[in-house]
Amino acid sequence: MVFGAANPVSIKLDQVSLVHPNGYRAINQVSCEIGNGERVAIIGPSGAGKTTLLRLLATALRPSGGTIRILGDDPWGIGRAALRELRCRVGMVHQSPPIPPRQRVVTAVLAGRLGRWPLWKALVSLVYPVDIAGAARMLARMEIADKLFERCDRLSGGQMQRVGVARILYQQPDLLLTDEPVAAVDPALSDRILGELNREAIERGVTLVASLHAVDLALHWFPRIIGIRGGEIAFDLPPVRVTDAMLRDLYASEAAVPTQSNELLAPQPAGVRRKPMCS
Amino acid sequence: MRGEASTIQLRDPAAVPRLILSIGIIVLLWPGFRLTEFDPGVLFDPRNREIMGKFIGTFLPPATSAEFLRLIMKATLETLAIATAGMTLALLIASPLALIVTRSLSISRIGPGRGFAAGRILRLPARFVLMFFRSIPEIVWALLFVRAVGLGPAAGVLAIGVTYGGMLGKVYSEILESGDTRPALALLEAGGGRLTAFFYGMWPVALPELVSYTVYRWECAVRASVIMGFVGAGGLGQQMELSMRMLSGGEVSTILFTFFLLVVLADAISAFLRKVTA
Repeated sequence: MVFGAANPVSIKLDQVSLVHPNGYRAINQVSCEIGNGERVAIIGPSGAGKTTLLRLLATALRPSGGTIRILGDDPWGIGRAALRELRCRVGMVHQSPPIPPRQRVVTAVLAGRLGRWPLWKALVSLVYPVDIAGAARMLARMEIADKLFERCDRLSGGQMQRVGVARILYQQPDLLLTDEPVAAVDPALSDRILGELNREAIERGVTLVASLHAVDLALHWFPRIIGIRGGEIAFDLPPVRVTDAMLRDLYASEAAVPTQSNELLAPQPAGVRRKPMCS
Repeated sequence: MRGEASTIQLRDPAAVPRLILSIGIIVLLWPGFRLTEFDPGVLFDPRNREIMGKFIGTFLPPATSAEFLRLIMKATLETLAIATAGMTLALLIASPLALIVTRSLSISRIGPGRGFAAGRILRLPARFVLMFFRSIPEIVWALLFVRAVGLGPAAGVLAIGVTYGGMLGKVYSEILESGDTRPALALLEAGGGRLTAFFYGMWPVALPELVSYTVYRWECAVRASVIMGFVGAGGLGQQMELSMRMLSGGEVSTILFTFFLLVVLADAISAFLRKVTA
C-alpha cells in the first residue's frame, strides 16, 4: 500500500532477504515501498527483524537477496563516492546512542554533519567547535541546550538519547531512521522525542521510519504502521485499521501487547486505544 | 519444564574448546622450558652464589663524586633526548600505518561493499611493513645505522624510531579494535570518512589506552637507548659500558639507580596523563 503515490519513492524493497552468516534468516522476502515524506512505524515482537530491517534501509547491511533502492539509488550498485554521498542523506537514531562517553555534547552533535564537511573543517572543529550555535539550536529542540559543553558520560540515559536525536536533526538527512528511539526513556520524554522527529519530517518533507516497541506510541504518532514478525511483513495499514486481533496475533509470542506504560490496550470502537491527538 | 529443558542443550558448548586450548598451552610451554635449560636450582648453587655476590658487592657504595654525577647528568639528558626523539619518529611511522591496518575503520567492510577485497589486500603490505620493522631488534638496527650515520645518538634515534614504529603501529591498531567500535561505525554509516570516524569515534574512546601505552613504550625506549649506548649510540649506555670495562661497581650502581629514577619518572608521567585524559 503506497501513500502519497504522487511523491517520488523514498524506499523500495523488492523481495529483500537477509540471511546471517550462521544461516539465520532475519528478513525473508520483504517487499514494500515508502514514499517521500511518509512517516512509518515498524512494530513487532523482539527478534522480529525490526533492527535488521532498519539497518538494511540505512545501508549498514547488504541484503543477501532481492533489490533495495534508497532515495532513488541502489546502494550496492553505485560507486564508493556515491554510496558515501547517499549515506550522508540517511540519518539513523540508534537504540543506544553510539557516542564516546568522553566526547562533549557539542562535538557529538556536530559529528552529525561529518559526512558533508571537508576533512579540514572536521579537524578544526575538534580544536574549536565550528558551529556552536547550530548544535545549541538542535539541543534546544530536545530541551537540553544547557548541556552543550558537558561531557557525555555526565548525562543521564534520557539526556544521552536526546543528544543522539539532536545529532541526527543536525545532520538534516533526507531519510530519518530511528531504531527504538524511546525504548529507555520515560513517557513524557518519549512524546517529546517522537514529536520533534515527526515535526522535522513534516517541516522538511522528509521520510521518517521508526521501529517502536510501544504499540500505543506507534498508533498515536504515525499514519502508517508496518507490523513484522519472523522477518516478514504481517500487515501494512493506517493505524485506524490495525485491530486488536492483529496486534494479539503479532505479539502472540509475548505475554501482552507492549505499550508505553505497560497498560493493556483497551478495546475501543476503532479497535485500539488512542491517545488524544492534541496534547 | 522438563520437555523444554530436553530440547535446549544444557551443556556449556564452550567447555570443550576451552579445555583443549588450556591443554594445548601447557603442552606448548613444556618444551620451551626444556629448550632453554631453565633450572632455578642453578641460581642457588654455592659457587655461582659466591661469584654473583662478589660482583654485586663491588656495587656498594655507589659513586657520588660531583664530577661523575655531572657526567651522569649529561648522559641522562642525552638518553632522554634519544628516547624522546626516537619515539617521535616512531609515532610518525606508526600512526598512519595503524590507521591503514585498523579493520574497524574500513568503509568497504560495511555490507561488504565495493572495494572490500582490494582493501583487504592493500592492508597486507602495511601489516608486513609493521612486522618487518619490529621483527629486527633495535640493537641490530642501531648497528646498521651506526654504519650509515656514524657513531653517536642519531643512530639510536633512527633505530628506536623504526623498531618502535613497528610495535606502536601494531598495538595502536589492536587498541583501536578492542575498544568500543560502534561510534566509529555509526559515523562511517552516516557517510563519514576514515579519518573523521577515527577522530570523532575512536580517539575519545581509546585516548587513555593510547597515551599510557605510548608512555610505557617511551620508558622502554629509555632502556633501549641504554643498550644501544653499548654499541656507541651515546647516552647512559655508553657511560655504563665505560664503567663496566673499568670494573667500577660503584659507578654501575649509580647508573642503575638513575635508570630506576627514570622509570619512576615515566610511571609518574603515565599516571598524570591518564588522569588528564580520563
